[in-house]
Amino acid sequence: MTFLLLFSAFVVSTCGLVYELISGTLASYLLGDSVTQFSTVIGVYLFSMGIGSFLSKYVEKNIIATFIKVELLIGLVGGFSAAFLFVLFEHVSSFRILLYSLVSITGMLVGLEIPLLMRILQDKFEFKDLVSKIFTFDYIGALLASLIFPLVLVPHLGLIRSSFMFGIFNVLTAIWTLQMFKRDIPWVRLLRSSALVVLLILVIGFIYSEKIMNYAEASTFPDPVIYAKSSQYQRLVITKTPHDLRLFLNGNLQFSSRDEYRYHEALIHLGLQAVHEPRRVLVLGGGDGLAVREILKYDTVSSVTLVDLDPAMTQLFSKQDWLVKLNAGALRSPRVKVINSDAFIWLKEAQAAGEQYDFVVVDFPDPSNYSIGKLYSTTFYRLLSKVVATRGAVVIQSTSPYVARKSFWCVDATLRSVGFKTTPYHLYVPSFGEWGFVLASKEAFQMPEHFLPGLKYMDPKTAKAMLDFPPDMKPVATEVNRLNNQVLVKYFEEEWSEYSH
Amino acid sequence: MHRRRFLAAAVGAGAALASGMMLGRHLFSGELFSGVGARRRKIPGRILGAAASIGHRLRRGTPVLSALSGVPTRTETVSCVVVGGGMAGLSAAWRLRKKGFSKFVLLELDSEVGGNSRSGETEVSAYPWGAHYVPIPNADSFLVRELFEELGVITGHSLEASTRGLPLYNETYLCADPQERLLLHGRWQEGLIPQFGVPESEQRQYRNFLKQMDEFRTARGADGRPAFAIPLEGSSQDSRFRRLDALTMEEYLKEKGWDSPHLRWYVNYCCRDDYGGTLDQVSAWAGIHYFAGRSGRAANAAPQSVLTWPEGNGWLVKRLRERVQEQVRTGSLVYRISRQKSEQKSEGTSGFFVDYLEIGNPEGAQRTVRLIADHVIFAAPRFIARHVIEGFPSERARVSEAFHYAPWMVANVSVDSVPAGHGAPLSWDNVSYQSPSLGYVLSTHQEIVRYSREKSVLTYYLPLSDEAPEAARKSASKKSLEDWQDLVVGDLSRMHPGIESRITRLDVWIWGHGMIRPGRGFIWGKDRKAAAEPWGRLVFAHSDLSGISIFEEAQYWGVRAADQVLAHLPTVPDPEKLKEQGS
Repeated sequence: MTFLLLFSAFVVSTCGLVYELISGTLASYLLGDSVTQFSTVIGVYLFSMGIGSFLSKYVEKNIIATFIKVELLIGLVGGFSAAFLFVLFEHVSSFRILLYSLVSITGMLVGLEIPLLMRILQDKFEFKDLVSKIFTFDYIGALLASLIFPLVLVPHLGLIRSSFMFGIFNVLTAIWTLQMFKRDIPWVRLLRSSALVVLLILVIGFIYSEKIMNYAEASTFPDPVIYAKSSQYQRLVITKTPHDLRLFLNGNLQFSSRDEYRYHEALIHLGLQAVHEPRRVLVLGGGDGLAVREILKYDTVSSVTLVDLDPAMTQLFSKQDWLVKLNAGALRSPRVKVINSDAFIWLKEAQAAGEQYDFVVVDFPDPSNYSIGKLYSTTFYRLLSKVVATRGAVVIQSTSPYVARKSFWCVDATLRSVGFKTTPYHLYVPSFGEWGFVLASKEAFQMPEHFLPGLKYMDPKTAKAMLDFPPDMKPVATEVNRLNNQVLVKYFEEEWSEYSH
Repeated sequence: MHRRRFLAAAVGAGAALASGMMLGRHLFSGELFSGVGARRRKIPGRILGAAASIGHRLRRGTPVLSALSGVPTRTETVSCVVVGGGMAGLSAAWRLRKKGFSKFVLLELDSEVGGNSRSGETEVSAYPWGAHYVPIPNADSFLVRELFEELGVITGHSLEASTRGLPLYNETYLCADPQERLLLHGRWQEGLIPQFGVPESEQRQYRNFLKQMDEFRTARGADGRPAFAIPLEGSSQDSRFRRLDALTMEEYLKEKGWDSPHLRWYVNYCCRDDYGGTLDQVSAWAGIHYFAGRSGRAANAAPQSVLTWPEGNGWLVKRLRERVQEQVRTGSLVYRISRQKSEQKSEGTSGFFVDYLEIGNPEGAQRTVRLIADHVIFAAPRFIARHVIEGFPSERARVSEAFHYAPWMVANVSVDSVPAGHGAPLSWDNVSYQSPSLGYVLSTHQEIVRYSREKSVLTYYLPLSDEAPEAARKSASKKSLEDWQDLVVGDLSRMHPGIESRITRLDVWIWGHGMIRPGRGFIWGKDRKAAAEPWGRLVFAHSDLSGISIFEEAQYWGVRAADQVLAHLPTVPDPEKLKEQGS
């Protein structure tokens, strides 16, 4: 019996430390600045434990029953802490108040545990042995928690599931204590049934952790989240309704399955149809394989090289069933070679190796920061012009000419500054709004007379209309985007911030 | 026994019964925050710049040197010796080789050439140990432009109407955007001129100051020369501008009524950046030259853009060294230069004995070598001349007493993830308003990858301008690696709380004589002029002869010295013609 009680000391200490680590990790995850978050969480937690220890002296009667109640409460509060914080983060105005209240409550309850346990055991041992034994188990528990938390819990279980699991351990401690002392405490039945209820709730929470996580993520997205993963480079989220599937990278919409055909047909066919007998095609970015799907419709194309930084992205779109269905298995085609590499460096090497392509698709994210801005610079386009065949063409995703008019025409000006002849065009994509591309080639562009049969958007008449820019999107004079001025990023920031406010 | 009693006493005194757990938590949290409030963990690193201690053997009366008075182990005859492998010496060598002349030797004390443009490298990135950029050259900086064309830094000239004839620069060498940011009131702002919370009255002073500097940039004297030229020797002699040398920068600001604390901070920052001295230590003429000396334009960059490389000007050192490799002898301590006694020759035409010690000799034996040369290009700092030139007239030797050199500390800090901060994004040059340092530059800034690598090397610059140079050198020499690391980590932590845990290595270089510091009256005074006078066929070449430690001045003196030597030589066949004859 005494061993079981000592084991309880070990369990409660492990659980206590895990809750503290969960709150600290969550706070730094959601609020950033990990040093501040960890430091304040640990401080508040320790102080609250002090309050708990202080309060323990006011527990005069029914020490064992109180201990059991405290365990149940910790199980409930601690077990739900991660889920609670995750879900409420989006909805409460002062998340910090919520966080520190939760940390204080958990801390106070945990602070009660050891003093109560020592008093339960005070008659079983001599004082010196009691102190030595309790503290030994306490320390071992702390060590265990500190090791399994980063090594096992975070990578394998995730924060929400871990907190439920340790809540369950607290409740189990309550239950076996109850069993041991059932003759010494009043209201055994009531305690037992409440323990079982708490246990049940926690087990359900544990089982549905994934759903809770999805719900937390989902509150940022209009549709249900069916997939969410943080890769080495970005956070990938896929949402789905019966009629629509959407991909978000770092919260930015990449496509909606309802209208992506407009975007990708416009991206590919205007340029590729104009190239005579295209054979070798290069796609930079576009790891979803949707542009490749369109390219593979040309029988003359013998090889497509897709260079996308993120293996998580290309693997997802070559394995996941509904995504493979969407891109018609493009990334699995024997004609397609997928390379996960940084586009700038890869292009530099390809150029040095003298590689030539008949058509190049550049489908990068919008130039919203300096690192992506480099991929829209004169230096990048100069490299590009060296890998494009004389009679070939390049098409570049160039953000919205309506929202970001200067940004769009800056891409055009930058391409022209390195010697390309450009054909800017645009179309309406319902989920995006007005969207623009720039087609660049060394020889003047010849409008194709016909397009492939079976396309849903592109035909000669539409193609002609795409070249026409109404007055509110007409060309404006801009500077040329270079590595040493990054004007595009500045235009883009200015224009989109105006639009979103 | 004792421990038990202590524990019992602690419990008995009513300390929280949970103290065991509390203690456990504290130990644990201590692990998370090593260094915050506690003694920081040990960071690997070392102090470099040790060549100074070898150099100090040159001081008179040291036993090492007196032991060297015997006969050299080897004697060689060459046409010319270049003493010193910094930018001036390398430029002299570059010029000599370009003119088809290779019968010379370049002696460098250190194990590598480069002087204060030295650089280092880790598996993550190359990084500078000193000079780390060159502004795009002025239209009349012909030598710099010639070198840049040779190295592919200038790739051609614009044919477009608006920029016709302007140089096109290799864009991977032009400093990428974002270039500079300043930490002010806890937030990073773009650019180094303080903006956040600076009142309008001070902003007005900024505008007036910058307008005045713009006027100086285009101003010409009565003699038709630019007021502030590069090379400096081309500047106007008009007293309207020369009189500024009689003031310190502090006095000049006072004279103009510019008392804005933020403006003063900025100008002081610039003086320390270029000259290693504070407002009151630097000549106003020199201080203004920092702002008004550059008028370079480019077809594909804004005026006054800068060129930089991961290893800073170490990139130029590597390119120059490739070109003069055969002539370079590193680890060579020149301890005596003496006139060759010759009956036939008069004072002005006699040659020299250049005696040096091979300190880098792998066999361990330190051999002495005597070079017999017709010409010497003395491209070491000018103050060294009096220690090594035998028979140098005392009034000439004393000239260098007017030369003051600023000591510097440069640290290279390897981090496993780059710091960010609130406000403007991580830039090439990152400065804190509060810091005694000049901030740090990011070695991986010029990389073209989309997701910048997390690992990088930060180069941290600290001119030791709090004390007089002599005293500052003395206190610097007493500091241990840990002292310097504490200082750098402490300062960086104030800019980026928590950065300490990301630091994987921290090396320090102490530059005892980092750069010439032009005090009041130095630029247009008699001493600087006298110091540059050749001594027979020994000519001096070093940026300290300009009073401004920049690449362009070093190159100017190096090339000029080479040309002086070439003028005395029997006509050297043009290498191009030689090739034609051979074929």
